Amino acid sequence: MSSRDDILASIRANLPRVDRPLPHVPLFDDDPPASLLSAFKESLHRMGGVFLDPPTSADILAPVRAKIADAKIVCSTVPEIAGSRDIAVVDAPRDLADVDFAIVRASFAVAETGSVLLSDADLRVNGVAYLAQHLIVLLDPADIVVNLHHAYRRPEFRDRHYASFHTGPSATADIEGVLIHGAQGVRSLSVLPVARAAGTPTH
Amino acid sequence: MSTIRERIDSAMLHPELRAEGDPDAIIRDGRRLDHAEGTSKPLRPAPEPQPRGAKVRGNRPIDQQEAAARFIAATEHEKMHDERLWDLRQKRDREMHGIPEWEELRSLASAIKEHTLTHLDGYLDQFEANARSNGIHVHWARDAAEHNQIVHGILSDHGATSLIKSKSMLTEECGFRPYMASVGIEVIETDLGERIQQLDNEDPSHVVVPAVHKLRTDVAEVFSRTIGTDPGNSDVHYLAEAQREATRPLILNADAGMTGANFVVAETGTFVVCTNEGNADLSANVPKLHIASIGIEKIIPRLEHLAVFVRLLSRSALGSPMTQYTSHFRGPRAGGEMHVVLVDNGRSERLGLEEFWTSLKCIRCGACMNTCPVYRRSGGLSYGATYSGPIGLIIDPTFNARKYSNLPFASSLNGSCTNVCPVKINIHEQIYAWRRVLVKQHEVPFVKKAAMKAAGVLLSRPAAYRAAIAAADTALAHLPRFVIYNGLNAWGKHREVPHPPKQTFHSWYHANRGAKR
Amino acid sequence: MRIGLFIPCYIDAFFPKVGIATLELLERFGHDVDYPRDQTCCGQPMANSGFNAECADTEALFVRNFSGFDYVVSPSGSCVHHVRDNFDAIEQTDEVKEVRARTFELVEFLHDILKVDAFPWARFPHRVGLHNSCGTLRGLKHALPSELHEPFFSKPIDLLSKVDGIEFVRPARPDECCGFGGTFSVFEEVVSTKMGYDKVSDHAQAGAEYIVSADSSCLMHQRGCAERIGVPMKFIHIAQILNGASA
Repeated sequence: MSSRDDILASIRANLPRVDRPLPHVPLFDDDPPASLLSAFKESLHRMGGVFLDPPTSADILAPVRAKIADAKIVCSTVPEIAGSRDIAVVDAPRDLADVDFAIVRASFAVAETGSVLLSDADLRVNGVAYLAQHLIVLLDPADIVVNLHHAYRRPEFRDRHYASFHTGPSATADIEGVLIHGAQGVRSLSVLPVARAAGTPTH
Repeated sequence: MSTIRERIDSAMLHPELRAEGDPDAIIRDGRRLDHAEGTSKPLRPAPEPQPRGAKVRGNRPIDQQEAAARFIAATEHEKMHDERLWDLRQKRDREMHGIPEWEELRSLASAIKEHTLTHLDGYLDQFEANARSNGIHVHWARDAAEHNQIVHGILSDHGATSLIKSKSMLTEECGFRPYMASVGIEVIETDLGERIQQLDNEDPSHVVVPAVHKLRTDVAEVFSRTIGTDPGNSDVHYLAEAQREATRPLILNADAGMTGANFVVAETGTFVVCTNEGNADLSANVPKLHIASIGIEKIIPRLEHLAVFVRLLSRSALGSPMTQYTSHFRGPRAGGEMHVVLVDNGRSERLGLEEFWTSLKCIRCGACMNTCPVYRRSGGLSYGATYSGPIGLIIDPTFNARKYSNLPFASSLNGSCTNVCPVKINIHEQIYAWRRVLVKQHEVPFVKKAAMKAAGVLLSRPAAYRAAIAAADTALAHLPRFVIYNGLNAWGKHREVPHPPKQTFHSWYHANRGAKR
Repeated sequence: MRIGLFIPCYIDAFFPKVGIATLELLERFGHDVDYPRDQTCCGQPMANSGFNAECADTEALFVRNFSGFDYVVSPSGSCVHHVRDNFDAIEQTDEVKEVRARTFELVEFLHDILKVDAFPWARFPHRVGLHNSCGTLRGLKHALPSELHEPFFSKPIDLLSKVDGIEFVRPARPDECCGFGGTFSVFEEVVSTKMGYDKVSDHAQAGAEYIVSADSSCLMHQRGCAERIGVPMKFIHIAQILNGASA
């Protein structure tokens, strides 16, 4: 008998003989916030993320350009802005170790928690979202869902191999509860609301 | 770096000395005058040494009390530890009050887990089939040894000699690091707390914050010994940054990465890893090879159920709505390879324990530890086991009834743990039930058993009992004796004994109301 | 109604005033209260340490003493919690089940059964910190524990707020265990006393002159701790306040 068979046999022999039906899980969306974008912004801020207010000028990406102005290496995975490192030619993740800023687009976001969902389709090379020193995320406000119950109905969880909620920057409070940003991953995470260009696929 | 040596560690100096940057410090020509300050000596010449954990002697029962006493004697450590974890409990409460459906979520989480556990074989089958069809290699390990061998096999097949990993209590349970060391594979913990503990050659003390028992001065001492930081600098930002920079090259050059998993979704063949640092994502996404060690009880049926658990996990653990990273792995990335090792190690047997199987619902949030007044004052290392605190008390005896026979008695049965548990494990009731089991199995000291037997006899015989407490003086002498086994000393060591009254209630009643009947 | 008064071993031996106050209080409401002479203990000290077989005879004695009463009332929450929720070392005959179901702790009896709405004889012009023992709080559900997200309620506060002059202070950790825990207090004595020191210090810092509780066992432990570390604090059982004690 293989280990698999042994384990399954042991489980079957020990299953508790009690009736435990699977409950129905509601969506808990009876009282949604008036503005999903405002709620998202507040949650993001609470978790240490930065919300870049859309500029009044015609250049919708001005806040991003300002942020990356002094950066040495910028890696962009979005068509809206070009960086100095082309993700398409990156072979190994460790080739991204010197990236200062990575710019990506989120598949969607969650107002309840201030999280953005970054999948392998968004990142191209998953490691870019963790090896860069700072992360800038473009988010279409139409892609914000109210809570996690709604989030888990999204198709990304069924057709992507990797999908990660990022809620603010990397953090830890392992030493005496002192909050640190940039524990291992990015030191900062900024979100700029930018609608997707017409014709680009949502996922 | 040179200014760091000049910086004053405020924790060590007399409170009346001016802290760095204090506007009242006297500056001349850009230099701070310290001639007046120099005469003030540090209040404490050295930081308080870290109290170490329970003394482990083979299979002998762990003496949790002894280790707890040393922790309490280290007053700075105990105070910091108690306050830090109580703060997490309060933050948890604050989150709870912001979610009107909180108790409903707990009930849902409990029901989902109980359903899954009572159909565990089917869901594991479903997970494996889906994972395999997405390109994940699925292995099964009956026990800790087999887990270690399987992982070793995978690493050998790839010629891997270095492994970065994120936090996994299961790997602690399996004695994974010592095994890897014995076969010459370098393992690097990437979670800050775990890395501190690894470098200090000490077990993690808490499932979520592994080094919570350490003061920053302890961490400074460990890092100065192992990664070359300044021993006099215990600034937390400095220490965290030093660890980040020291670990980064190890991450970039590792041959393989390993994670645990918080949840497994049968419906989609997904496993979910939650961290705040992003170190699991580094471990999984930098090297080509990703191995995930997962306990068979982590499984839940569908994605919609995941929402319930993700909403409860970080709020219960740290009082934060979500971990900074919640990552869903469904398959390898292009050019990469993904392996899952499903581990039993006593779980299927525990499923068959009528009073204790629901402990398998545990999602390792640590809320029970944070709220436990005994844990906060004892430190997690006082339990001498992989799992400490309330959840430890009820699962450790299944690993080794003799070694952990004292643990269920290291509880005041207050029940706070049960109320904070997001999956509604009746922890304190299981602690109570374990006491009965251990007594029946004779895993209790003979002296205690003798005292309890004597108490049971005395209390069931009214005449004998009355005689024993007839006079106030003998009441004081006798009453405590039959609830303790090492004499009056145990009560009176750290507290005053009760004042004996002039007469018992029984005597008073006889004198004042006796004539009525 | 016929009430059987259960005065547990430690109250009998160390806190007879609590027993007297309980008896007098119930009599004030015009009830016929009987005190079975052969009572000793409910079996909790043995049961809590896992020695369930060893408490069988004691439990049987309890049932023999208290069978036939409409209510069995006791000023000890931990004992009542044991009787109602554990107490299974003996065969669960109908008689046993009756006695168990009819056993009440004093506060819940006054609040839920007698539904007392006034204590005109009671006056306690002092600052008090209320200590709900874990057995009464989480076991008997005297009040809402702070861990749960449910509407607030507190039976002891309902009763005590009817006492003239009483002023409540609130410690930082109102429902953290004080460390008595039954045999825990001696088997795990170092942690137990540290918890006790913290508890009395917390109440002292909140400004309490008295700590009041429905459980003398906790009070006994807390007083021992307070005296040892020199925290000036007085301790009183809720029965005494409700019965009109002024100090």
